[in-house]
Amino acid sequence: MLELTDIINALVLLSNFVLIPALSYGSQLAMGALGITLVYGVLRFSNFAHGDLMAFGTMLTILLTWWLQSIGISLGAFPTALLALPFAILGAIALSLIFDKSVYQFYRNQKSSPVIFVIVSTGVMFMMNAIVRLIIGPNDQRFFDGTKFIIHPREFKDLTGLSEGLAIKSTQLLTVVITLVTVIALFWFLQKTRTGKSMRAYSDNEDLALLSGINPNKVIWITWIIVAALATTAGTLYGLDKSFKPFTYFMLLLPMFASAILGGIGNPIGAVVGGYVIAFSEVLVTYAYKKFLIYLLPEFMEPRGLAQFLSTDYKFAVSFIILVVVLLIRPTGIFKGKTIR
Amino acid sequence: MKNLLNENIRAPLAFAMMALLLLFVGVSQSWSVALSIFNLCLISAIMSLGVNIQWGYAGLLNLGVMGFTALGGVAAVLISQAPVAEAWTAGGQNILISLALAIVTIVICLQVKRRVTNIWFRRSALGITLIIGYLAINHFYAPGVKAIEAVEPATKGFLGGFGLPIILSWAVGGMLAAAIALVVGKITLGLRADYLAIATLGISEIIIAVLKNEDWLTRGVKNVAGLVRPVPYELDLQNSAWFSDGVRWIYSTQLDKLTEIGQEKLLHDLVIQSSSIFVKLCYSGLFTSVLLILLILSIKALNSPWGRMMRAIRDNEEAANAMGKNIVKQHLQVFILGSAVVGIAGAMLVTLDGQFTPASYQPLRFTFLIWLMVIIGGSGNNLGAVFGGFFIWFMWVELEPLSIFLMNLVTANMDGVSVIKTHLINSAPHLRLFMMGLVLLLTMRFMPKGFIPEKTRLHSIS
Repeated sequence: MLELTDIINALVLLSNFVLIPALSYGSQLAMGALGITLVYGVLRFSNFAHGDLMAFGTMLTILLTWWLQSIGISLGAFPTALLALPFAILGAIALSLIFDKSVYQFYRNQKSSPVIFVIVSTGVMFMMNAIVRLIIGPNDQRFFDGTKFIIHPREFKDLTGLSEGLAIKSTQLLTVVITLVTVIALFWFLQKTRTGKSMRAYSDNEDLALLSGINPNKVIWITWIIVAALATTAGTLYGLDKSFKPFTYFMLLLPMFASAILGGIGNPIGAVVGGYVIAFSEVLVTYAYKKFLIYLLPEFMEPRGLAQFLSTDYKFAVSFIILVVVLLIRPTGIFKGKTIR
Repeated sequence: MKNLLNENIRAPLAFAMMALLLLFVGVSQSWSVALSIFNLCLISAIMSLGVNIQWGYAGLLNLGVMGFTALGGVAAVLISQAPVAEAWTAGGQNILISLALAIVTIVICLQVKRRVTNIWFRRSALGITLIIGYLAINHFYAPGVKAIEAVEPATKGFLGGFGLPIILSWAVGGMLAAAIALVVGKITLGLRADYLAIATLGISEIIIAVLKNEDWLTRGVKNVAGLVRPVPYELDLQNSAWFSDGVRWIYSTQLDKLTEIGQEKLLHDLVIQSSSIFVKLCYSGLFTSVLLILLILSIKALNSPWGRMMRAIRDNEEAANAMGKNIVKQHLQVFILGSAVVGIAGAMLVTLDGQFTPASYQPLRFTFLIWLMVIIGGSGNNLGAVFGGFFIWFMWVELEPLSIFLMNLVTANMDGVSVIKTHLINSAPHLRLFMMGLVLLLTMRFMPKGFIPEKTRLHSIS
């Protein structure tokens, strides 16, 4: 007989291991993908150095956090990293602008093909990667402090009497809230302000934008500023939620590209939606539903195996598979982005 | 100076410089180190040739090099390892059935896609076929894998291979890479250049993920070690009379100066040293012949009408298309050829290492570094690609001690126990990544055609 507590237990289980992790991972991906999509839309190239820009920004946050901790400044229940974040963003902006001036500008003036930009951005990727590894080393770093849980699983169990405990980490809530605020602010900026409009105009049609007196250099600067800010924020949130390791950030590049392309590259709404779709499919496909099904199904129908579509080892591969499938079936993405061919 | 950079003498100059660098390592470090670097230089040069076929000839941006290298490694394992009979009886049948079912599912899907015109009917038919196919495959596959992995998991736990000489795997690795490249190319080659890059990068990650997790095939992250070599083992050499006689003959002048006991002792050391060098030389000989064969074929191909057509397609697709060249078909062909060459190199690499470790395949080392070789050496020029392979691999290896040396120099004045000093010295190896990136950017900016640029022959019409 199916009882109400079983259903609630099943739902709590699902939100613990699927909904909440996917929501926070999706938010991190969405912010990363927004950066990729903006570079693609305005600067017209696929930026392979984006993952390493994230790593660089996060590294600055970590270093500043450590410094703040060492002089005894903290934010109480919130992680100290939030205080360090704005300054880290400034650093990431500076690095982006330096690379734009010294590297990308030349090829922009030459009107080089996208392929050349890809190759050049891998050069930048190498250098940023090296800078991060030189300064902070290739190992795992944890920099989280403050309250860990908003809802503690044991307290939840005691409170409700359920056999499953709901766990919400403060980093997960922070991620979702900050993403929401950032995305709303970004869309307001792109839709309502004069600078945002000029960015969109430049992205839609460069020549017309230039004819109507838009300053291309300003548009490009603003884009890098936004991209660096998004990358640093996304990277910091990811690092707070999990941990920071340069190689992991480099590997985030593909899920982020997958999100951007899935949503329609060059389209900010698409990037956000794509981020969540990728995150949810990664988690949904690799979650073992055995326990979930045991709660819901009568005894004779209970699954014998783990009831898992793909082993967890394939978690990363899921996003690559989605990426390849999207490129094949609907290369313009869910929302029509820039045409690919 | 102008004469020195004349394009015609750049190639001999570059290779002479390379030879000097290797000789310098031989004299200053040791001949064993120099030969190790040389062997990997040869393999890198072959990989670089493969990428050059795709990028230099046809302008295809394939960032899936790592995947094809690993496939070559798979071939080395499958060819050289002895079959595990118990594993075959335990689950071999199930694996074969699920493979057959997978093929059937794909064929049905392709047929549905081709024959059914109604879009909704087609989509639902495809969906149902995929779900039924997945369930059917899993029904056989999962128990089969479980049974195979239970067979002596510490040493075996996989199906094994064919138990043939590993040298055959070089050709098989090429063929395996070519077969996968056919599928990958069919899927991705319609995409715009930078999307091709992202898609192939993703596919190579998928290949590595599969190799890491499908233990029944190549033991996954448990690795396969102790692959049988195509060349003699050091220990056998040391114990064989002809080898120590040879060493005695080579070093006779040196040995004659010593007393009997001194002779024995020195001879013993010399035999041990020489055996390791002899093995490396054997590899060098094998690798050099493969490289030379591939290089000659590549040069011939590039200068043939086929090569001219490829360059025509690269430089102006529309014009080549208008002249009746089938661009999709030619792109696929060149993609397969290049990947096959990379696959050969992958098999050779695993042969040299004597072990297959899927976790060691990282995009930075096996994709982006190879790209660096092609671009810095000279895309479109086979000699350039070979030089790039040699030079970049040499730098990759030697920059590490060099940067540690530099860091020591920089931090020499610092306090002996300073945290910053130890940190800087410890992280010095990462400096080479920085230098590689810098070299790439500088090359792209100031020498976009690479060190040995492609030869463009202009024929005046008069």
